[in-house]
Amino acid sequence: MQIYLPIAEVSANALTLLGIGAGVGMLSGMFGVGGGFLVTPLLFFIGIPPAVAVATGVNQVVASSVSGVLAHLKRKTVDLKMGTVLLIGGLVGSGLGIWLFRLLTNLGQIDLAVQLAYVVFLGVIGLLMFQEGVRAWVRTSRPNPRRRKLHTHIWVHNLPLKMKFRTSGLYISVIPPILVGMSVGILAAIMGVGGGFIMVPAMIYLLGMPTKVVVGTSLFQIIFVAGFTTVMHAVTSHSVDILLALVLIIGGVIGAQIGTQVGMKLKAEALRVLLALLVLSVAGKIAFDLLVTPDELYSIRVVGRH
Amino acid sequence: MRAGLTLIALLLLAALPARSAEIIGALSQNRVSLTANFSGSEILIFGAIRHDAPRIEDAPSYDIIITIEGPRHPVSVWRKARTLGIWTNVEAVSMASVPSFYAVATTAPMNVILDPEEDARHRISAYHAIRPAQATGAVADIDSFTEALLRLRTREGAYLRLDRWVYLDRDVLFRANVALPTNLTEGAYTTRMYLVREGAVVHQYRTAIFVRKEGLERWLHQLAFDQPLIYGILALIIALVAGWGASAAFRYIRQ
Repeated sequence: MQIYLPIAEVSANALTLLGIGAGVGMLSGMFGVGGGFLVTPLLFFIGIPPAVAVATGVNQVVASSVSGVLAHLKRKTVDLKMGTVLLIGGLVGSGLGIWLFRLLTNLGQIDLAVQLAYVVFLGVIGLLMFQEGVRAWVRTSRPNPRRRKLHTHIWVHNLPLKMKFRTSGLYISVIPPILVGMSVGILAAIMGVGGGFIMVPAMIYLLGMPTKVVVGTSLFQIIFVAGFTTVMHAVTSHSVDILLALVLIIGGVIGAQIGTQVGMKLKAEALRVLLALLVLSVAGKIAFDLLVTPDELYSIRVVGRH
Repeated sequence: MRAGLTLIALLLLAALPARSAEIIGALSQNRVSLTANFSGSEILIFGAIRHDAPRIEDAPSYDIIITIEGPRHPVSVWRKARTLGIWTNVEAVSMASVPSFYAVATTAPMNVILDPEEDARHRISAYHAIRPAQATGAVADIDSFTEALLRLRTREGAYLRLDRWVYLDRDVLFRANVALPTNLTEGAYTTRMYLVREGAVVHQYRTAIFVRKEGLERWLHQLAFDQPLIYGILALIIALVAGWGASAAFRYIRQ
């Protein structure tokens, strides 16, 4: 079944789009990530113009994050105060990112920027997650696990403007969360992702937040950043395709529910290693494309449209 | 205006020596609606050659060339080069007006039935339709960029070359089926029919297909460009409602 997308101005198979939504939704349900980092490259792959893929990917992230955050609010695993601080940084970052996106589009370098961002961030995060996941896996297999410290004190904890975050049990400066929020906001705008895959490790390792509140808090602030980014993309580059987003969302929410069920049956450490491998393979594929001599050196860009 | 006058003059010149024949054509439809279930469209182009003088034995036969030209847009063609080991867009050539779609259908191969000079004058083949002379850019080999434009557009099915696609019956009736692709842009698709004899254009006929978004597609596209803020907020609300609705629905199902 073909469906004509009014903003992308291409006709795509609705079942393919539903499938992409469902597949990514399943992974996001299993791993607790928004899945934007998969949706956007998959949309490139089926021929959606990159700018539309990025802007619409962000819109889809809003829907999947709302779904997730409702569950977390019920379990009281959302640090609203921390979320708000991250959000302030996130909105500033998103604005910067949108501006950068426009600039790079006009310079003809947006594809490169998006691809490089994917390689660098997915690569680094994937490696970190993989290493951490394997270590955790080994640890749980041992009969006498070594106890971890509640949290370690690093340079981050010596900055001024300290604030109390009760839900997270932290008393830290607001500068690192704002910076974390900002960088994730920039990435959200440029890469079409929610940034959960960066936000989550940053919250654990940089801010020292307890793991149980991390996912909910990250989702909470992603809703707002992704929402803001969607509106900004719609206003500055007219590249959000509502119809495309809708089909992806429908597939996504169904997939997410299935994924959650599957995820509960798997071991948490195994899940983390799997997610790391997935992230690494996406990064590897994009890096490969950048390094290998392309078959076609030329590309066409219609000026003034996406 | 000047181009129009030149065209009229050319038409008159072309018509003078061979007054004997004219081409008249029509389309099976001159309106294509882009709706949500649009999956390409097939257009039947048909018509006839009107011979005013009686047909002389052994006279050279007629050929027909039909072109369909989509709305023109400015484009830039980028070329990648290796910088610091990474392939990036380095050089660009811009062209102010390039057809988004271009199909050429003929009764016989172009190089057999049409003089290259006539081709250039009437801008019939895709190479001339993109007007390679308009390309500007700080590169040494502009030609390879215009060639790349043709190659890429041909590969994605936006530029079609349909040799022997037009069926000419007893030198009078002709018809051709052209499939329009799924990624059409809105606008007028100028359809030109050329009557060709001994390598020269004898007469031409022009009409157009109007491609327009309809229904929901039209409404969404207009909203996105006329009221981007409202459109953005609408996108946001849909996402919020869908996300909330999904979790509510699944909670209900599970109970």
